[in-house]
Amino acid sequence: MAAPRASLRLVAPVWNGGTSGIRGLSRAVDPEGSQRKGRALLQFLADRFYDVEAVRGYLLQKQVLKVLQKNRSFTYIKERYGPYVAGASFILKQGGAVKFQDKEWMRPNGRGLSGELWKLREVPVEAVDASGCAINYQGLDNLLALRELQSLSLRCCPHVDDWCLGRLHQLADSLRELSLAGCPRISERGLACLHHLRNLRRLDISDLPAVSNPGLTQILVEEMLPDCEVLGADRAQSLKLGPEEQPRDTASSPIPA
Amino acid sequence: MLRGALRFGLGPGLLGRRLGTHRGGSTLDWDGKVSEIKKKIQSILPGGAWSPLCDTSHLPPEHSDVVIVGGGVVGLSVAYWLKRLEKQQGAIRVLVVERDHTYSQASTVLSVGGIRQQFSLPENIQLSLFSVEFLRNINEYLAVVDDPPLDLQFNPSGYLFLASEEGATIMENNVKVQRQEGAKVCLMSPEQLRKKFPWINTEGVALASYGLENEGWFDPWCLLQGLRRKVQSMGVLFCHGEVTRFVSSSNHMETASGEKVTLKRIHEVHVKVDHSQEYQPVECAIVVNAAGAWSGRIAELAGIGKGPPGTLQGTKLPVEPRKRYVYLWHCPQGPGLEAPLVADPSGAYFRREGLGNNYLGGCSPSEEEEPDPGNLEVDHDFFQEKVWPHLAWRVPAFEALKVRRAWAGYYDYNTFDQNGVVGPHPLVVNMYFAAGFSGHGLQQAPAVGRAVAEVMLEGRFQTINLSPFLFSRFYLGEKAQERCII
Repeated sequence: MAAPRASLRLVAPVWNGGTSGIRGLSRAVDPEGSQRKGRALLQFLADRFYDVEAVRGYLLQKQVLKVLQKNRSFTYIKERYGPYVAGASFILKQGGAVKFQDKEWMRPNGRGLSGELWKLREVPVEAVDASGCAINYQGLDNLLALRELQSLSLRCCPHVDDWCLGRLHQLADSLRELSLAGCPRISERGLACLHHLRNLRRLDISDLPAVSNPGLTQILVEEMLPDCEVLGADRAQSLKLGPEEQPRDTASSPIPA
Repeated sequence: MLRGALRFGLGPGLLGRRLGTHRGGSTLDWDGKVSEIKKKIQSILPGGAWSPLCDTSHLPPEHSDVVIVGGGVVGLSVAYWLKRLEKQQGAIRVLVVERDHTYSQASTVLSVGGIRQQFSLPENIQLSLFSVEFLRNINEYLAVVDDPPLDLQFNPSGYLFLASEEGATIMENNVKVQRQEGAKVCLMSPEQLRKKFPWINTEGVALASYGLENEGWFDPWCLLQGLRRKVQSMGVLFCHGEVTRFVSSSNHMETASGEKVTLKRIHEVHVKVDHSQEYQPVECAIVVNAAGAWSGRIAELAGIGKGPPGTLQGTKLPVEPRKRYVYLWHCPQGPGLEAPLVADPSGAYFRREGLGNNYLGGCSPSEEEEPDPGNLEVDHDFFQEKVWPHLAWRVPAFEALKVRRAWAGYYDYNTFDQNGVVGPHPLVVNMYFAAGFSGHGLQQAPAVGRAVAEVMLEGRFQTINLSPFLFSRFYLGEKAQERCII
C-alpha cells in the first residue's frame, strides 16, 4: 500500500498566511470537489476572513454533535429495564423497528415510546430493522448488548462504516441475517471482518457505492462465508446488462431492421 | 502628462543614446515589465513579503517559538496538538523544518501501515488505543472547511501472533495486560486456528493471539497529507531546509547536593536552504527532535553525548537508522479476504494487499545480518533465503508465489530498548524528543504528539503517563523493553 509514490506538487513556503496554498494542495488531491459552484462565494469568503472560517467550522461541528447526541448510550434505561429494552428504545428513538421474541414488529408511533415496551424486560430482541437510522460506532454499543439478535438490517445507514463492521463479531453466536445494502461508507475492507459471523445464513451486500470491485468482492465474500447466501452485486449488474439484452427485442422495436 | 514630463526630461543626448540602444537590439518587453511592476506593488502593499534590504521569501522566518525538526507523521502530529492545545488561538508560532518535501526516504510513507494493540508494556497499549480512536474519528479531528473528507482505507482485519511452546506463557501474560488496558484480543488454540484459518500450518504453534477490534492496517500517506493540510490551516509554518547547527548557551549550576551541572539552552537553529550555502538563523524557544531515523544526528548537533562516557553529559541518544525490506508478491491460491496480518514466531510476517491475491511481507533480520543503512537498495536474496522459507512453512500455499515489487525503508531504531524516546532532555533544557520508535512510530504518532504537546505546554504528561520513555532512562540503565514472543 505504501510503495514510494511520485511526489505531490511541492508546497511553496506559506508562512505569510497564503491560504491559497492550502486550497491548491486540496485541489491536487480532489479536483472536482472544489468546483461546487454554489459554495464558491462561501469558500472565497472563508479563504480571506478568519471569522467566516470560524463560523463555518462551528456549523460543521454542530452537525457532528447532532449525530453524536443521537447515539448517546441509554445507561439509565439499561440499568432499570435491562439491555433488551434499552436497545429497543434506542432503535425506536432513531426511527427503526424492533421485533421481540414471539411478538409483532414494533414501530415508532408519533407519540413517543409505547407503554408495553417497559414490560418486556426479560424478552430478548430477535430482529432489528435500522434502515436509514443515524447509527454510528458509539450507538452500536446499544445494539451489541442484544445477545440473541438473529436478524439485523442496516440498509442505507449513512454513518455505518468499516469500523462498525469490525464490532459485529460480538453478535457472532446468534446473528443469522444481515443486510448492509446501500450504506455509502462500507467498503470491501469492512466486509473482510464479517468472517467472524459463522452462523450467518443470509447477507445482503448490494448497492455499496464505496466497494471498488463489486463482482470480485462478492466472490471473495462467498468464499469467506461458505454456509451463507450472499445477495450482492447481481442486481446492480443485471441492470447494467439491460442495453445488451435489447437485441432480443428487435422484432418489437419500431426501428426497421 | 507623465509622458510629456519624460520627453521634457530627456535631452537630445539621452534621446540619442536611447535610439542607440534600440539599434543595439534590446527589445522592450512591455508585458513582462508590467507584470513585474504589478508584482512589486503587490509585495510592497501591507501583507506582502517585501523586505526593503533583501529578498528573503525563500528562507524560513527569523523568529519562531517552537521549531520541529522533521516533517513526518510524528513531527506533524506534535505540531497539530501544539496548535490544538494552546491556550489562545495563535499564541504559539510553530515552524516545521523538513529536509525532503517528496518524503522519498521518510519512514512514514515507506511503512507497511499496521496498527495493533498487542504489546506488553501498558504505555504502548494506551498509545495505540488512543491513536486508533484518533484514526477512527479522523474527519472530526482533521476537518478543514471546504476540503473533502479523508479516506484512510483502514482494513480492520486484525493481527494474528503465533507463539511456539517457549513463548506461550509470555503471550498469555501479554494478553492479560492487553485486556486490562481495554484491548479486544482473544487467545486461540491450534485446533481453533485450523478451523478459522484452514490455510495455516499449525505445526510448532502452541498458542495464538488474535486482535478482534481496532487492529489492522491503513494508508500512511493519507494520514500524512491530512495532517499537513490541517496543520497548515491552523497556521503552522513550513520550511524546506536542513538543520545544520544549534547555537546554545550554557549555565553552570550546582545541584542541592553540591554537584556541578552544566545546563544548556538552545537559542538559534541554523536552517540551510536546499542546493545552496545560504542559511537562516531561526531564533527559537523550544526545539522538538522528530527527525526519525536521523534523530541521533540532530541530537549530536545539539551537543548531547559530548562528555566522558558513563556520565549524563556523555549519554548519547541511541537512535540509529536500520534498513528493513518489504516485499510484495502475488500468490493465486493464497489466503482469502479474512487473512489478518500474520506474524510467525520466526519473525516473518505478511498481510493481504488489495483484492487481487497480492500480499505484503518481510522479516526483521538478526543483529549479525543487519544490512548497511547507507542506501535504500533492496536485497532480493534476503527474501529467497530468510523470508520465503518461513512463509512457505507457515502457509503452504505460499510455496508458489512470484515477487512483484520490493522496497526498503528505515526504522528509527532505538538500540537500547527498541521503544520510543519522549520528553525533554535533562541537560539541554529546551530540546524535546519524539523519536526512536523502532517500527511503531506510525501507529503511535497521534498519541505521542499529544503527549509531547502536553509536556511542552503543561510541564508534565496529563493523559498517558510516558515517564518510562524519558531520556534519563539511558543514563539510569532502566530498560523499557517489550517482552516479545520468540
